[in-house]
Amino acid sequence: MPTNAPMPIAFFVLAGVTLVSAICAMSLRNLVHCGLCLALTFAGLATIYLQLGAEFVGLAQILVYVGAVAILIVFTILLTRNAEVHISPVSRSWMVGLAVAIIVCASLVLPIFQSPSLHRTPIMTPDATVRLIGEKLMTQYVIPLEAIALVLTAALLGAVVIAMRDEPEEKTKQMMEPPRRGGAKPELDPPRLSIPAVETRQ
Amino acid sequence: MTPLHHYLVFAALLFSIGLAGALTRRNAILVLIGIELMLNAANLNFIAFWRYSANANELTGIMFVIFSIGIAAAEAAVGLAIVIAIYRHYRTTQLQNVDNLKG
Repeated sequence: MPTNAPMPIAFFVLAGVTLVSAICAMSLRNLVHCGLCLALTFAGLATIYLQLGAEFVGLAQILVYVGAVAILIVFTILLTRNAEVHISPVSRSWMVGLAVAIIVCASLVLPIFQSPSLHRTPIMTPDATVRLIGEKLMTQYVIPLEAIALVLTAALLGAVVIAMRDEPEEKTKQMMEPPRRGGAKPELDPPRLSIPAVETRQ
Repeated sequence: MTPLHHYLVFAALLFSIGLAGALTRRNAILVLIGIELMLNAANLNFIAFWRYSANANELTGIMFVIFSIGIAAAEAAVGLAIVIAIYRHYRTTQLQNVDNLKG
């Protein structure tokens, strides 16, 4: 399908933005910045899905990842009062982790470049309308749909139970206040840094 | 249109970035972010292979990605709840400080 030339340019721009924001999400010091870069990565991936013709998945990606998961991560970062993080110096485990990642990357990329069957262009233009997806979900994939409903319900209950406070008398305060154990751990709170203080520190 | 292997190389790079982050960072939240990036790279592979396959009207790749997104959402919710529980107990989310099983 040698139709339009600007498509690879759009792909390279989107892929570049997504990769750079992914690297930022994994390497910045401020955890809040990491969460926001993660949202940008998810949005870039959604645009790539849209470019590939999977409109429903792209919009679901925006809804679920940008709308829910990234916000949940930012909330957790703020709830744990951990916005400032000390980057560990280049240690041995750091080098080992990076080496493992590079080896995995090479072992994925080299076969992709060597395989001639992967250098292909789309054969057909599928029609992935929402109507078709809904029909398939209700007929062919109805049992997986029910299973994932069960999984989501269990995860919802599990998340609430795990994050719930142990002491029943403090149950009302659990969402409002930063966790503060009375007698269990008498050590002081970590220093509370607001975001501007973090930024001036860097 | 962009050839298939561009998408595959992009997904491989994204996966490696997530893996490097999950292996090198010490913060539990950042490890979760790395896992999310790896899941997204796998989803991108599903979509790319679906789009370039000869039998794309079956929508298999799309169905797989829809279910995978659901699983990933559940995983993120439970994982972050565990992070909050750990923080409440140890007052930290640095993984090297969370090193005993008996609280």
